[in-house]
Amino acid sequence: MNLVVEVVAWFADPGNWQGSTGVPARIAEHLSYTVQAVVLAALVAVPLGAVIGHTGRGGFLVIGMANGLRALPDLGLLILLVLLIGIGLLPLTIALVVLAIPALLAGTYAGVRNVDAAVVDAARGMGMREREVLWKVELPVALPLIFGGLRTATLQVIATAVIGAFVALGGLGRYLIDGLALNDYPRMVAGALLIAVLALLVEGLLAGLQRLVVSAGLRSVPARPRTPRPTRAVAGGTEA
Amino acid sequence: MIWGWIPANADRILALTLEHLRLSLIPVVAGLLLAVPFGWLANRYRPARAVLIPAAGVLYTIPSLALFVVLPGILGTQILSEVNIVVALTMYTVALLVRIVADALAAVPGTVVASATAMGYRPARRFFDVELPLAVPVLVAGLRVATASTVNLVTVGALIGVGGLGELFTEGFQLNFPTEIVTGVTLVVLLTFVGDALLLGLSRASTPWSRVGGRS
Repeated sequence: MNLVVEVVAWFADPGNWQGSTGVPARIAEHLSYTVQAVVLAALVAVPLGAVIGHTGRGGFLVIGMANGLRALPDLGLLILLVLLIGIGLLPLTIALVVLAIPALLAGTYAGVRNVDAAVVDAARGMGMREREVLWKVELPVALPLIFGGLRTATLQVIATAVIGAFVALGGLGRYLIDGLALNDYPRMVAGALLIAVLALLVEGLLAGLQRLVVSAGLRSVPARPRTPRPTRAVAGGTEA
Repeated sequence: MIWGWIPANADRILALTLEHLRLSLIPVVAGLLLAVPFGWLANRYRPARAVLIPAAGVLYTIPSLALFVVLPGILGTQILSEVNIVVALTMYTVALLVRIVADALAAVPGTVVASATAMGYRPARRFFDVELPLAVPVLVAGLRVATASTVNLVTVGALIGVGGLGELFTEGFQLNFPTEIVTGVTLVVLLTFVGDALLLGLSRASTPWSRVGGRS
């Protein structure tokens, strides 16, 4: 009970909401790290996944790369980069981009690869060039899975951006790292709650965006199968 | 790289590796054991699914370090206790696997279940002898993701003082000593790959039928 009171008191303290160490500033930092990393990762992973998915060549490369990158511990990578490059935003961004790539790459690849062959054939039959097939047919149809990858990647980056605080950067991780150093448990809990709420809000936002962007014709094939009918719905469950 | 550091600290590295192994293995095994009944419930009863699947999604959204920090407040454990890490990582494994178990069970063809019933299998035995084995390939795919992420997340625990090989990262940072970090990263990647290979082997060994007629 005591702890709850202390955490509430922490949130009620106006001093925690002002200036460069206040909650709004920390959230802004956290989001800027996240957006930077996810955008950069998407610039690499989405075109690569789309081309590999479209041509069907190099699928093993996607899987190998995704698994290999996933195995790298982010904290170790970040600290190593800091020792090599020096303290700054660059090491964190690299570590977070490496973290975000596998989910985006796998999502895009699986999305484009799983487009019904009959649909692609129909597009070609209508006289579309390969480029048009990819842009106008495969990518729009693949959007639910691409979004699935984007959401996973974004959540992972938000959760992991916390480690930036360990190498003297800002973001919500500061409350955890500083709270630990100062033995200020309420501050740590407040930071943890802020991160969790931020993650949930961003996830909700992306889910809403997905609804807006994904063609209504695809509604019946959601990224996460709801009530799978016998055999068909499995494919969606395994791609993660 | 200062290679001499590795043999000189072999005992400590081994101890940390074993700690890492323990901190990853318990959550994966416990998570699997919990996810199977939950997944079964979610597949069997629609209301259970409506609660469990979104709850798992929300749980998976909570950042690991946040959970490591909040759990002592809820469980009443010490903040430096291993229990926090184990419980948090178990929760993630369950969150990840519940949906996969439910989907895998839903994918078992109705005709197979009906045949088993007709052969006289009672529901409990049918589940363990027929439905669960058929769900193994999908289950293992999920387990591989869970294992990789668990082995990885253990290192984050180093930020709050319990992190297996992750402790090589934080210490290497404080000492400005890259060798220690490279050693830690390499061992974590190795652990992930070994876990992955073991799971693949397990999957192949436990589903002999998938090798007979092409793809399962």
